[in-house]
This record gives sequence, C-alpha cells and structure tokens, in this order.
Amino acid sequence: MSDIVLKTENLTKHYGGVHALQEANFELRKGEHVAIMGDNGAGKSTFVRQITGVEQRTSGKIWFDGKEVNFAGPIEAREAGIETVFQNLALADDLDVPSNLFLGREKVLFNLGPFSILDRKAMRKATEAALVRTAVKIPNLSSTIRHMSGGQRQCVAIARTATFASKLIIMDEPTAALGVQETAQVENIIRTLKENGEPLILVSHNMRQVFDLVDRIVVFRRGRIVANLRKQDTDGNDIVAYITGAKTGQAELQAA
Amino acid sequence: MSQTSHGIGGLSYDAKKRPWPAEFNVFLALVILVAAFELVGRVFLGDSFLFNTRENVSGLFNEQRLQIIILQVSIVGIIAIGVTQVIICGGIDLSSGSIVGATAMIAMSFAQVATVNGNPNPKAMFIDYGWTDLPVIVPLLVAIGCGLIAGLINGLLIAYTRIPPFIATLGMMVTARGIAKWWSKGQPISFPTDSFAAIGKGLMPVVIFISLAILFQLILTYTKYGKHCYAIGSNEDAARMSGIKIANHKVLVYAIAGILASIAAVVLSSKNLTAQAGMGVMYELDAIAMAVIGGVSLSGGRGSIIGTVIGSLIFGVIISGFTFLRLDAYYQEMVKGVIIVGAVVLDQWRQRRRAIGA
Repeated sequence: MSDIVLKTENLTKHYGGVHALQEANFELRKGEHVAIMGDNGAGKSTFVRQITGVEQRTSGKIWFDGKEVNFAGPIEAREAGIETVFQNLALADDLDVPSNLFLGREKVLFNLGPFSILDRKAMRKATEAALVRTAVKIPNLSSTIRHMSGGQRQCVAIARTATFASKLIIMDEPTAALGVQETAQVENIIRTLKENGEPLILVSHNMRQVFDLVDRIVVFRRGRIVANLRKQDTDGNDIVAYITGAKTGQAELQAA
Repeated sequence: MSQTSHGIGGLSYDAKKRPWPAEFNVFLALVILVAAFELVGRVFLGDSFLFNTRENVSGLFNEQRLQIIILQVSIVGIIAIGVTQVIICGGIDLSSGSIVGATAMIAMSFAQVATVNGNPNPKAMFIDYGWTDLPVIVPLLVAIGCGLIAGLINGLLIAYTRIPPFIATLGMMVTARGIAKWWSKGQPISFPTDSFAAIGKGLMPVVIFISLAILFQLILTYTKYGKHCYAIGSNEDAARMSGIKIANHKVLVYAIAGILASIAAVVLSSKNLTAQAGMGVMYELDAIAMAVIGGVSLSGGRGSIIGTVIGSLIFGVIISGFTFLRLDAYYQEMVKGVIIVGAVVLDQWRQRRRAIGA
C-alpha cells in the first residue's frame, strides 16, 4: 500500500441519466507512468476530472498519497500535490513564463496582502531551475505566452507542474494539437519526468506515443475500465481491440 | 528519434526581433500628432504649436499651451488610471463620470464655509447642523467613502451576480447621476474652505495625476494585485484554475476605480470652487478613450498606466491643437469619436496580425 500513489475504488460519475464513469478501480505506483486510452466519450476525461476535483463524483472512493481524499476543487487537489496539464492550456497569454509558472502562488518580497511586492528575481531563478529539470527549452523567459508556439506553450504548462513538488502529474492529451517536432519535445519532457521518478497519468489517443512512453495501459470503454495491461504484455492491435470493443475480457483486469 | 529530437523547435532567440513595447507606438503617435499640428500651424497660421513665438515671453516652448494641455487632461486622467486597471482585468467601467458628479456634490457640501463676505453662506447645506468650516480631511474622507461604496457595489454586482460589467456599471452610471441631482435638488454647491480649494489650485491636479499614475504603474508591475489583473483579463479560467480568488479581486479592482473617480471629483470641484450635478458627464467615455488610445486592449490582459498617460496626452494635444487651429469645438468631438474607434480598430488589427504570426 505504501508505494501506491493513487487508488480509486468503484469511482462512478453520472451526468443525469448518462453513466459516464462506472465503478473504476485504478492504481498508480510510485514512479509509474500509466496511459489512459479509449474512444471519445469512453470516460477518460471524466475519470481525470473526478481525480482532480474539477467535478464531484457520484460515488466511490479515492486515496491519494496514503490518505482518503475528497477534493472540493482543482485548487485543493493541486495543494495536495496533483498537478494537471489541461487539454485547454490553463495559461495566461499576456503574462511571461515565470508569471505563468507562479500564477496564484507568487513568491513575495514584502507581504502587503493583495498588494504584496513580488519577488521577481526569485521566481525567475526558480523558473530557470524548473526548465532545466524538465529539459524544457524556451528561447526567452520574458516574452509573453502569446508569442510562443503551441509546443512551447505546452512545455510551459508542463514545466509548471514540475516547478512545485508535485506527487502526481496528469496530462490530458498534451500533444493533441502539436506538430511532429513539438510532440517530440513534449515526449522528451515526459521521459525526463520518468527518469526523475515522478508518477504520471497520460491521457492519449496516440498509440505510438503510449507504447514509447508508459509502463502500463488502461483502456476505458463506455465508462468502464475494460483493460489494464503492462506494456510488454500487449501490442497495438490488442489495445485497439479493447478500445473498439472487439475484445471485452474482464479476466485480463486481474493480470496487472 | 527519441534522443536526436531532444529539445527541437524554437530554440534560437533573436533579440532584435523582439516586439517593441506597445507604449512606444503610442508615444510615436503622440510625436507625429504634435509634429502635424506644428506643421499645419507654421504653414497656414504662421504660428508655432509647440514653441514659444512671443518675444515678451522667455523660454523655448510655449509653456502656457503645454500647461493647458496637461492640466485639462489630468482630472479625467485620474479616472483613466482606475479605468485602465478595470479594462486590463477584462471589465469596463461606465459609472466613473457619474461617480464624479455624485461625489463632488456630496463632498463639497461638507467643505463649505460658514460665512461669505461677512454674511452667512447662503449655499451652505448643513449650516443648521453647524457642519461648516470643517477640516479638509472630512470632505476628503466623505469623498473617498462615496467612491468606495459606489465601486464596491459595482464590484459586488459583477463578481457575485455575474452580470456583465457593462450593465452593472451602466446602472451605477444612471443611479449615481440621480444621486448627484437629488443631493441638492439640482442646486450647485459652492464656497468651499480655503484648505479644500487648495487641492485643485494651479498645477496641483497635474501633480496628483502624475503621482497616482506612478503609484499605479508600480502597483500593476510589481505587486500580486497587478499580476492578477493581467492574468484575469488574459484568461479568466486559467486564473481561476491557478487559485486566484477572482471574485475578491474584481471587487477590489472596481472599488479602487471608484476611489480614483472620487479623487478626481475632489480635484475638479476644488479647482472650480463649486460642485454641480452635471459634473463629469461623459468623463467615463473620455477616460476609456484615453486608455484605449494608450494601447490598453478592450479584450483585457494588455496595457499599462504609462500607455494611458500618453493616451491622455494625445487627447489633450488634439483638443488644444483644434483650439490652436481655431477650429470649432464641434469638430473636436467628431474627431474624438473617430480617434476612439480608430484606436480600437488598430488594436484589433494588431491582435489579428500577432495571432497569425504565432
């Protein structure tokens, strides 16, 4: 139990009559990278939203970092150590890189309530350190996000998760809107996170990417987890079979 | 491909291609405008707009004209500082002109003298209560209180009922104007104490405007408050996700805008030695125009106080330039309208071009 970072038990979410997520049992161990796959509407994003507190679950339990948790909102989840890179990048376009990394948790020189003086040097330094740690390369820290490419934006969003001592990083289709080179850049950051032993949940549609990056693949179909496979025990065709419903064996669930 | 592609993409950084600050463009526009008036003046009137041409007065520049330019924009400029931070935060404030009117009336009634030329002050509203010749701090606090209350109501409405800022402040605009008229049943309020009259004397409005501009430029650049203004105006969802308390911040932003409008009211009524219910009509639009001309984006997230100050100078130069060219005041207003729309078009165009470039 001690090396389990995240565990869900019978996690269920209904939107009115729609059963978007049903009895999801999921585990994530320290340093493990897990991919969540599935068709559109299979429950992937719903699952992520319950964990990160963006929505409130209908029933079920979540343990994080050894404790049962009930996050009232994404901010509580973040304070507990779950950092999420959202599909729609949660960045402020008109702020520079350090301001975005420290948005909502600025380092302060003098505390004067809302008018606290910012410690810009310290934030800049910490930003540089975070970029080095994640191997993110941004040409100019003081240029605004507006002037950056999609890949660079995504890198900033990911670097933000690594700036703070996070215990779990969740990425919801981080490369969906990126070009080939930019995707490679983001994937390299994910590899760096793996080397640093940071656990990760990756929601992705990209089969090649998933097999390149993660240890384990969890497949959602119609709101249920239909497969939970270690990478070496499966292949692309197998996964596709689970995604499309050609293969539905619940038996494999016990394998991992 | 995993190792070789490490860190590909957009690594080189050409410092020369860095977009120059928007304030620079605005300043350039100011310079061009002044040069245009200078040129037209020299060619058609044989007079200089900027430089001193009179022999009995010393000095290189026409100081009188420069003083008038900055003096006439400084009071609306104080409002524009508040409006700038509201717009940067993604909102709009239409109520500031009416807040000026209401605050001027209420504050002035607490700043009146007891006797005029040896007779009891005929205009004193509270002479029966003995509330005359009060220390200057009383009308000042009353004014700031008025601005604060109006701003708080704006902010609370916008933050908690989620009605658009346009509607909330439009309501305040109408209501505050009503209060201004009701306060003395439409009568002007006059005869302030000397200490109250000193606030807006001579170049004091300019001093107050510049000091407040510097203060708020620093606040917007170096404090959490400023950073959050830009963040909320830039991407409100991102700001919320980042844990910024949006509602509290908005209430504060509108409260500060209200206080700045009330400071403008004090300076204006002190300068004019009287308060009238019609004071500050259209000031809100002039203030918004100064901000927009100064490069503050109406879609939020971009702009600065420096830009607004330069924008206010452009405003002043236009009015003063039209007087200099002996054109009717009617033309001023027409041209003002064109310039406001032009500034917004320019902003939109610049934004689109950037979006394509990115």
